[in-house]
Amino acid sequence: MPALALGIWLQGFGTANADGLAPLTGQPGDPSRGEALLLDMQRVSCLICHRISSLDERDQGQIGPALDGVASRLDNMELRQRIVDARVFNPDTIMPPYYSVTGLVDVADLYRGRTIYDAQEVEDVVAYLLTLTEEANR
Amino acid sequence: MRRRCLSALLALAFCQTVVAEEPRSGYTYMEPATQAMQDDDFLNPGFFLVDEGLRLWRQPMGPAGQSCADCHGPVEREMNGVAARYPVLDAGTGKLVNLERKIQLETARMGAEPLAYESPEILSLTTLISYQSRNMPMQPEITPQLQPFLDRGRKIYEQRRGQLNLSCPQCHVDHAGDKLRGDVISQGQVNAFPIYRLLWGEPGSRHRMFEWCMQSIRARPFERGSDEFIELELYLVQRGAGLVIEAPGVRR
Ligand code: HEC
Ligand code: HEC
Repeated sequence: MPALALGIWLQGFGTANADGLAPLTGQPGDPSRGEALLLDMQRVSCLICHRISSLDERDQGQIGPALDGVASRLDNMELRQRIVDARVFNPDTIMPPYYSVTGLVDVADLYRGRTIYDAQEVEDVVAYLLTLTEEANR
Repeated sequence: MRRRCLSALLALAFCQTVVAEEPRSGYTYMEPATQAMQDDDFLNPGFFLVDEGLRLWRQPMGPAGQSCADCHGPVEREMNGVAARYPVLDAGTGKLVNLERKIQLETARMGAEPLAYESPEILSLTTLISYQSRNMPMQPEITPQLQPFLDRGRKIYEQRRGQLNLSCPQCHVDHAGDKLRGDVISQGQVNAFPIYRLLWGEPGSRHRMFEWCMQSIRARPFERGSDEFIELELYLVQRGAGLVIEAPGVRR
């Protein structure tokens, strides 16, 4: 028990009680499809709130942390969990749940009962984010 | 001694950032070119509504052939400061009304053709009337009877909703001044309405803006003119109390 607690402590706060998520589909994500999805502003792009310097897109947001080098900070399980439902890490997060309909209120008819991304799209975006390492940044 | 002053100063600065936000008009978040457009009545693309409103103010409506002016007299005198106090409880119906709903009630009483909520006529008249409060601070009078409406408005404001699961303050309090995509998010104040929004290419009411924000988070909006939106409006007027009316405002 103390060993476990120490292990959790060593992982640092935030990720301590976050398990991350295994892949949602059997088909590996496609990074180029993930990138295209991010550049599509009609699809609740991450760029509404985040910046990715390597992308050629003028109107990038600054609500969340920049995602440059994010793959050197988070592994695929953690990235996937963030996109699926970031409320697991922070119940008050402003980041929308991309693959969960739990607890949503007054959703517009067109979107009721549907998630922002489907499972394969989540995998594609994870695959793209995994290319954003510190090395790729240099 | 000097050190003590410094830390006192630091503490003060710190406290100020923690203390609740000072109301700040959306105007202060805009680019100088957009501000200049609002400031100059000749450049302001929403200003034609003031002229059009004045024409309607004097136009006979309904079977008795009466105009607003016939009962009220000159708009500058009679409507001075009115928009700064709205929404209010309507004595006749006991309901909370904003300017748009009040104008709908008045014209119905005159037996005129019903005016749709966001009709050009209502937009013109609300702009004309709001213009009579230009540079006056918004000052709702929160009586005990108004308190329940205000509380409901606050609940609507704070409710997370839509597929994006966001509440108004998550953007307009927590992230005022930050960039959301290409837009700088303001405090979401209502003192400039009706506004001419360049994005729309036309003027719009407070409720149209609420609807736009709700649609952006993929929520089902309340109807323009609904009790819920008027309660939300009352809450926002109270939240921004002290900000001066800018109508007709110009926004990105
Ligand atoms: C409406 C705003 C918003 C949107 C849209 C958004 N995020 Fe976030 N994101 C945030 C905020 C704010 C944080 C900071 C942590 C928190 O509050 O949850 C965050 C945190 C993250 C993190 C952790 C970053 C780190 O360095 O620890 C990742 C990864 C992430 N977001 C990825 C994404 C991806 C991928 C998308 C789109 C599929 C996305 N975000 C869409 C606001 C947003
Ligand atoms: C995802 C972020 C977001 C959410 C959530 C949001 N808004 Fe907005 N709102 C904006 C943006 C962006 C604008 C345009 C830039 C500006 O004026 O802030 C805006 C503008 C406004 C304005 C016009 C401000 C002015 O000075 O003309 C009002 C009023 C407003 N919002 C009210 C609301 C209300 C009420 C809600 C909740 C029902 C809400 N907003 C939810 C992003 C948001």
